Amino acid sequence: MELFFNPFDNLVCILLGISFTVWFTLLLVFIIVPAIFGVSFGIRRLYMKTLLKIFEWATLRIERGAKEKNHHLYKPYSNAIIAKEPTSLEEEIKEIRRSGSNRDLDSASEFEMSDIFYFARRGVESIMDDEVTKRFSAEELESWNLLTRSNNNFHYISLRLTVLWGLGLLIRYGFLLPLRVTLAFTGVGLLVFLTSVVGLLPNGKIKNFLSKKVHLMCYRICVRALTAIITYHDSENKPKNGGICVANHTSPIDVIILASDGCYAMVGQIHGGLMGVIQRSMVKACPHVWFERSEVKDRHLVAKRLSDHVEDKSKLPILIFPEGTCINNTSVMMFKKGSFEIGATVYPVAIKYDPRFGDAFWNSSKFGMVNYLLRMMSSWAIVCSVWYLPPMSREEGEDAVQFANRVKAAIARQGGLVDLLWDGGLKRGKVKDTFKEEQQKLYSKMLVGTQEDRSRS
Amino acid sequence: MGSNSSSMNNIPNAEQLVQETGFSAAHILRLYERFQFLDKDDTGQLRPEDFGAVRELAMNPIGDRIISAFFSPGQETLDFASFVRVLAHFRPADSNRTRDGAQPEPANSSMGKLKFAFQLYDQDRDGKISRAELLQVLRAMLGMQVTEEQLQSIAERAIQEADFDQDDAISFDEFRKSLEKVNIDHKMSIRFLS
Repeated sequence: MELFFNPFDNLVCILLGISFTVWFTLLLVFIIVPAIFGVSFGIRRLYMKTLLKIFEWATLRIERGAKEKNHHLYKPYSNAIIAKEPTSLEEEIKEIRRSGSNRDLDSASEFEMSDIFYFARRGVESIMDDEVTKRFSAEELESWNLLTRSNNNFHYISLRLTVLWGLGLLIRYGFLLPLRVTLAFTGVGLLVFLTSVVGLLPNGKIKNFLSKKVHLMCYRICVRALTAIITYHDSENKPKNGGICVANHTSPIDVIILASDGCYAMVGQIHGGLMGVIQRSMVKACPHVWFERSEVKDRHLVAKRLSDHVEDKSKLPILIFPEGTCINNTSVMMFKKGSFEIGATVYPVAIKYDPRFGDAFWNSSKFGMVNYLLRMMSSWAIVCSVWYLPPMSREEGEDAVQFANRVKAAIARQGGLVDLLWDGGLKRGKVKDTFKEEQQKLYSKMLVGTQEDRSRS
Repeated sequence: MGSNSSSMNNIPNAEQLVQETGFSAAHILRLYERFQFLDKDDTGQLRPEDFGAVRELAMNPIGDRIISAFFSPGQETLDFASFVRVLAHFRPADSNRTRDGAQPEPANSSMGKLKFAFQLYDQDRDGKISRAELLQVLRAMLGMQVTEEQLQSIAERAIQEADFDQDDAISFDEFRKSLEKVNIDHKMSIRFLS
């Protein structure tokens, strides 16, 4: 028996050995070496084109199949599910009253029992569908990208489609995922190791140069670990030393995307665990701005450290995400004014993900970080566009909030995102009472007039 | 999109709900998604706090009342069927619907909508809107923007206008009569876009 199995075992070992070697060589040649030098073979773009063709076919097939079987196709609407009239409180209540009484309009500025209809309807409308919470759940797609997680029509339509999906599953989890995980570990490991090594050098030009190279290389490996296909526009506007780079926030991957094309000083809270290790080793090679948890609450301290950093022209530009939380990449929410008070030049950057290949939005209330990364690494690809906008500074007579809104509008316009006034903090916090008071003010104005009217009469 | 691939099969009693409420299958599916979205901890039931996640509702002066309209007295949880039944009140009325007397009044008829609005006023569900209840609603809708005297005079006028039997409260019939010329269907209906 033993004699029978031995040569077989040997054969298996040899085959395994060979495949591992081939695997690592391919990895090295096609992925890691280009990452080091910042060149690209164009494999990812070809991949993207092929995928798009397949997705189109898949969507057509589903629609055809649904028509044949008379299934009701659930078409996702990216805007709204219910019709909301854009009329104001005043107009609506006047209309309700007009239809309900024969009296003169002028005298009908008294309370009517039917006034409650307006508030009731608005309230129930918001229960069924509202502007703000929509921004915090993933964007809905109009074509299917062979991931069941983004499909609501997944009935069995045809054998070919299911086979294609199965094949896709196999490729994604069997081939792409292990590849990407390997790359991710390589990238992170190299980052920690090399930045620590560079940190040993004395401060000076060589250290800065090496640190830049090391950071760029490791981030590029991470970009490949996610199969991120990024198009950078207007690179002449790239942030310079002494400036603050401001971008809209969709996921933690934003950092990797921006940092693989330029060197930035990161800002953030020191974490424990693996994140903390990475942060501590990064700061050895070049100055990043990390805060202890206790320091984060002290706004003056934060502002002071940031302004000290930007004043030193030898230090890298700071990267900040002023929304404060991840938004689902269909809109830009209110920018927190802190970074706009410092007075440095602001370099806005717009990041727009193409959702056809994989949804990059991190819904932190639904998925933890590890879960999220696994989802990212088992999607087809992350495709996004980055626009570097021309630098902006605070103008005379403009306060921080107005400046922040101006930058936000520019980013929203460039990225094709909706510019919302709502606060991203609404994702977790409660609505401030001032909003409710606004409604009450509007209504009371109708009934009893404003304070000035009353004092006059 | 969320990680759940909904279909009509996941929804309990879907067919029955379609019959009862008049929503189409696609609308019920849509509402189920919304229900699941509001149901953050995936229990299949909603609690009043879950409605707190809707920002625009927190901004609404009578937001709390609307939330309690979903929960029957004493109930603390809401399942999907009850959720949809309440929302059915806001479906546009069916135009040419002949029904026999034996069938229960549909939720989205003018009468159904009126009853819903009446309940927003009549919190203790005794069939009458008392002066106190009216004052409460007015205070909610106007907040701190008016004085106590102004509030009292508004309430006084409203009761005088509607209260025919002079019992210092507005019954459902009196409520209905005072609103008979209002286009209730238009003002208390929410249209789906699909």
